[in-house]
Amino acid sequence: MLQKKVKKRATLLLALTLISLLAIFFILMGLNKNILYFKSPTDIKTNEDINFNKKIRVGGMVKKNSLVIEEKEIKFIITDFQNELQISFSGTVPNLFSEEKGVVAEGKLQDKSFFIADRILAKHDENYMPPELKNLMKNNVK
Amino acid sequence: MLSNLGNSILFLCVILSLSIIYFANQNLKTPEGKISKIIYQFSLIQSCLILVCFFTLIAAFIVSDFSLINVYQNSHTSKPILYKISGTWGNHEGSLLLWAIILTIFSFLFLVYNNNHPKKFRLLTLIVQNILILGFLFFILFNSNPFSSIVPVPNEGLGLNPILQDPALAIHPPLLYIGFVGSSIYFSAAIASLISNYSSNSFSLSIKNWVLVSWCFQSLGILVGSIWAYYELGWGGFWFWDPVENASLLPWFAMTALFHSLIVFERRNIFYFWVIILCLMTFILSVMGTFLVRSGILNSVHTFASDPSRGLYILSFLSLMIFVSIFLLFKKYKRENYNINQNSKETFILINNWFMMFYLATVLLGTIYPIFTDAITNNQISVGPPFYNTIIIPIAVIFLLFMAVGPRVKWIKNKFEDLKIYTFILIGSLLINFLITYFLESYSILSNLIIISALFLISSSLIDGIKEFKKKRLDYARIISHASFGFLVLFIGLNDVFSIEKDYNIKLGETKKFENYSIKFQTLNLKEFSNYKAVVGELEILNTDTNKKNILSPEIRIYDNPQTLTYEASIKSSFLRDYYLTMSNIDRSDYYNIKFQKKPLMIWIWISVVMIVIGGFLRIFTNAKSN
Repeated sequence: MLQKKVKKRATLLLALTLISLLAIFFILMGLNKNILYFKSPTDIKTNEDINFNKKIRVGGMVKKNSLVIEEKEIKFIITDFQNELQISFSGTVPNLFSEEKGVVAEGKLQDKSFFIADRILAKHDENYMPPELKNLMKNNVK
Repeated sequence: MLSNLGNSILFLCVILSLSIIYFANQNLKTPEGKISKIIYQFSLIQSCLILVCFFTLIAAFIVSDFSLINVYQNSHTSKPILYKISGTWGNHEGSLLLWAIILTIFSFLFLVYNNNHPKKFRLLTLIVQNILILGFLFFILFNSNPFSSIVPVPNEGLGLNPILQDPALAIHPPLLYIGFVGSSIYFSAAIASLISNYSSNSFSLSIKNWVLVSWCFQSLGILVGSIWAYYELGWGGFWFWDPVENASLLPWFAMTALFHSLIVFERRNIFYFWVIILCLMTFILSVMGTFLVRSGILNSVHTFASDPSRGLYILSFLSLMIFVSIFLLFKKYKRENYNINQNSKETFILINNWFMMFYLATVLLGTIYPIFTDAITNNQISVGPPFYNTIIIPIAVIFLLFMAVGPRVKWIKNKFEDLKIYTFILIGSLLINFLITYFLESYSILSNLIIISALFLISSSLIDGIKEFKKKRLDYARIISHASFGFLVLFIGLNDVFSIEKDYNIKLGETKKFENYSIKFQTLNLKEFSNYKAVVGELEILNTDTNKKNILSPEIRIYDNPQTLTYEASIKSSFLRDYYLTMSNIDRSDYYNIKFQKKPLMIWIWISVVMIVIGGFLRIFTNAKSN
């Protein structure tokens, strides 16, 4: 009788651990697939193994006089004052997107100098800058 | 002058807190069965004083007393009076004062409303709560003092960020804080219960209404925040899985798990330690959320002035709380005998808790993962909505099915007698789903599954309701909340599947056509308002099938104080769908960048959440009646 009870509890415990392990496994898998790496134009230039099929975020300043607006797309150049990256985007630009302001683009690299964005994030207001950009700017000022 | 007044009151509050702790400690030692009057009086005075302190700050904002740094940084004489007042809690320092108020008032109310619980438990709760109050008062006084003065006194303030000048955002923080900070009282109660060994199920009676109150307000706070994000941020969505939003969702999961397992604890006197863990976890998650948001450690799209020194203080406070909680838990932990049948209401409520914990773990991991990768590998990453969607949505299908079946299950031991009804409901849901997808021509397995399970939950809840009504034992609160949750998921699912989104770069006078719509950019006007100028576009949306016209007028606003550019979405709501249009100008060109969205059933998403909360409030009323 007792053995039966112990057995039952053991199976229950085993099932529970398995389920929780499975759950954690799925969460981690999901995380691995869906994280977005942040790169600066210099990172892209210097990095050898870039996965072109994976979405990434790139950030920097919108270069002066680089913004071109056409009917279907918006083109501009992101710079971190060392290297540059051409961005093409069709969609709505957010608040405070303009030349010589910080910007983060989300999308896929086509090659090492051309990027197609499907989302543009910019500063939210005058005081706010994405922390990634802040670090980038700090490093370049040095 | 106001600066001195505010500081003195804050200082008085510290002394009051200390004396309450002292008197409560003295009172613990006396054999007398009652709590002495002086503690009641001190608690009442403390609550009144902190309110006076808050009104002092509000007064400073109303009269624009720029001798206070806080007022100078966040207000402006030309600001409408409503936003002068809401500016009080729209900033870091003021909002901390709001924290302290809620802590204090909840402390007093808990003391007054729990006469029939042991004296030791009540006094200890009061002591722990006052330690929390002290912690926040010190934080306010030494790090984030809203009454700091500035010399020389400036003539004009810097103004409040225009996107925060909004009625929804005026009431959003107080609502959310009642939820966040309200959870402090059952944190204190849980610690007190551990120390005083008050572990019988009557403990649940002392906290269950507090859990429900904080849960209702938390839900409302999240709702108002979502509505604000929907019309103000211009993306047309209402939930972005942004760290700030996740921070408000984490305690919500814990609260939801908590008030469900409290039902079992109250009824069957089991799960005591699990309930305690959830109580502790809820407030810890609330403070953690505050830490993540205020310290600026996370990359969020929402604006929050951040400052590392604040982060450090909250972090040490948080670590102390976690340490004490874990220490007490280990010290007091006793093995409980869970003799529950696999097929019983107990098990089903436990299943609800597992799901809540799973969601909590998912959202928590997704939120803090970037911090770890940044610290360990120096890779800067962000976790986007796809992560949450792929993990949460498939699991939600199973969750909804359990949620539908669970409430019908009996206590202790159950037999499934209504299998027939469930198959019937399931077939019905399948049929409705196929009708929807057939007529509206859209196809995706996952969205179909979500819609089926949501329909299953709605119809079984409603059938439940009818049955109970016939037996005259209708549990309004549960039926309303559960059915509305089903509706919420259903509407979100339909909204997601049948939304249309189009982006164009358009010039004045141009017309764009897609599907059965055409958009014509008619006019562009410049308008002047008291504290901003606006460029107002007028666009005509024509549905070529029905020949119905809608004029939408999105704005680009230029605010003076502080100098900010914002885009105002133009939204035409109706019961079936929202039309949503934002417009922005691009540097040095005639093109205007527009985003048009058709969002079906938007209003119903809001209404569903309101109904879920109404269910919560109804439960509080029925609880109060039966006591």
